[in-house]
Amino acid sequence: MEPLIQATRLTKVFGDLVAVDGVDFVVTPGETFGFLGPNGAGKTSVMRMIGATSPISGGELSVLGLNPETDGPLLRSRLGVVPQENNLDAELSVYDNLMMYGRYFDLSRTEIRMRIEELLEFVQLTEKRNDKIQALSGGMKRRVVIARGLINSPDIFILDEPTTGLDPQARHVLWDRLYRLKQQGVTLIITTHYMDEAEQLCDRLVVMDKGRIVAEGSPRALIEEHAPGEVVELRFPVGVLETLDGQIERLSPRTEVLADRALIYTDDAERTISAVTTNGLEPEMMLARRSSLEDVFLRLTGRTLVE
Amino acid sequence: MATPLSLRVFEAEARIYRHTWRGSVISSFLNPILYMIAMGVGLGSLVDENVSAGVDGVSYLAFIAPGILVATAMQTGATEGAWKVLGGILFDRTWESRLASPIGIKQLLLGHLLWSTARVFFVSLVFALVVVAFGVAPLVQSLLAIGPALLVGAAMLSATTAFTVRLKSYAGIPMFFRFIVIPMFLFSGAFFPVSFLPGWMEAFAVATPMFHGVELARAIMIGQIPVVTWWISVLYLVAWIIGFGVMAIAPLRRKLTP
Repeated sequence: MEPLIQATRLTKVFGDLVAVDGVDFVVTPGETFGFLGPNGAGKTSVMRMIGATSPISGGELSVLGLNPETDGPLLRSRLGVVPQENNLDAELSVYDNLMMYGRYFDLSRTEIRMRIEELLEFVQLTEKRNDKIQALSGGMKRRVVIARGLINSPDIFILDEPTTGLDPQARHVLWDRLYRLKQQGVTLIITTHYMDEAEQLCDRLVVMDKGRIVAEGSPRALIEEHAPGEVVELRFPVGVLETLDGQIERLSPRTEVLADRALIYTDDAERTISAVTTNGLEPEMMLARRSSLEDVFLRLTGRTLVE
Repeated sequence: MATPLSLRVFEAEARIYRHTWRGSVISSFLNPILYMIAMGVGLGSLVDENVSAGVDGVSYLAFIAPGILVATAMQTGATEGAWKVLGGILFDRTWESRLASPIGIKQLLLGHLLWSTARVFFVSLVFALVVVAFGVAPLVQSLLAIGPALLVGAAMLSATTAFTVRLKSYAGIPMFFRFIVIPMFLFSGAFFPVSFLPGWMEAFAVATPMFHGVELARAIMIGQIPVVTWWISVLYLVAWIIGFGVMAIAPLRRKLTP
């Protein structure tokens, strides 16, 4: 299938800072593609280059067969963008925000009016249409931004950290809406530093760290490859972890000792748990779980996603 | 393509204004009227009593009416160039959201300048009618004097916009008003002829856009002959509008599409 987005050695430099350091990736039509990484990994810079609102510093980038450098306006007319911050007009109503935005795309008022009805229904804000933005909750504002991004029926929908700062309930409502878009065949590009979000939504993702892509694949495949099996998490009273002197590491070839806890990767969690007790370790808390993308990131970079 | 999309920005600003005009209506319309009463009628009667021929041969009220018209336009332009821009790039950051649409930097900027110039026009129009109500000048002359007021408003709008797009916080704005806008308001010939100023201050006053606008407005409204040839003043004001408008492009681009 013809790729929708193709990046080759894509680079972004701000002065001395290399924000994106020669990344390669391909997004195919209809898939939900994720950029997972901590703050400062370069995810937003990649999004802005794809969205033709930030010039590329090096490499090549093609989006919908267009060059963001030279075809910016045409390209942007076919993209939907949900930025990290809700830059809505706080003093205007939900309806006016959407109408105003639709006009930027040179759509007729009649066309936008019809579109607004559909979109308000879709983001479940029909009763809030005449409310001012400043009166809405964080989750509702986010849904308005999503409706706004869809006003021009985009071919690619780009979401930069769609659920950061929202409570769990609001996040699930949002995931449900995005999942429906995905079902309708809309290509979604999502950045996130939440592994649950990436696992829920993404068909395929790249893990970014310090401007580079450190791994690529489906969430399942990444876990299989980099952090298979299970994880036993141990939490010790403050100060104890530093005194253990290699005891954790001897329990398994794959361990991570973090500031507040230790992780042991294993194929058999039960055996590991009994080994912990047999070796005389007395953790305050111990739990076994399936490994996740968080563990993938940890294995690859030695750091956690959300510090 | 440049014009239609900047008109979309204009349209958006008009939509916003429909919901926010109440906040600015007092300062825009009432303040100049208060100035006319306090300075023109109040202070003016004192001036006219003691200067047998009035100021430059006219009543003080007639002398300052075109001055206040232009001063108000100047302030409106500066206010729009400061707070409107700051809201777009720093507070609400709505300008960033516009750039995710087909609208580009130049269209965004042009749309902003067009709308804010329209704001200057409305404010000047109301004031011109106030001048007629005070019996200072006939309707036609008062309306024609809006021309120079518009030029000065747009010149200060451009200049203030070019200043504001370089700011990283709002802190520079009060300084800008304290050291540029308020002195310009007071010393550019609206309330007394700049020839009353010490030489070095007069040179500063003559360099301001407001001075040229006041001269032109006074010529139109009360038939006073300007110190500077009229078309030189017009060119000077147009140069401000275009020059500072162009100077705003690059910093705005750096800020919004890094």
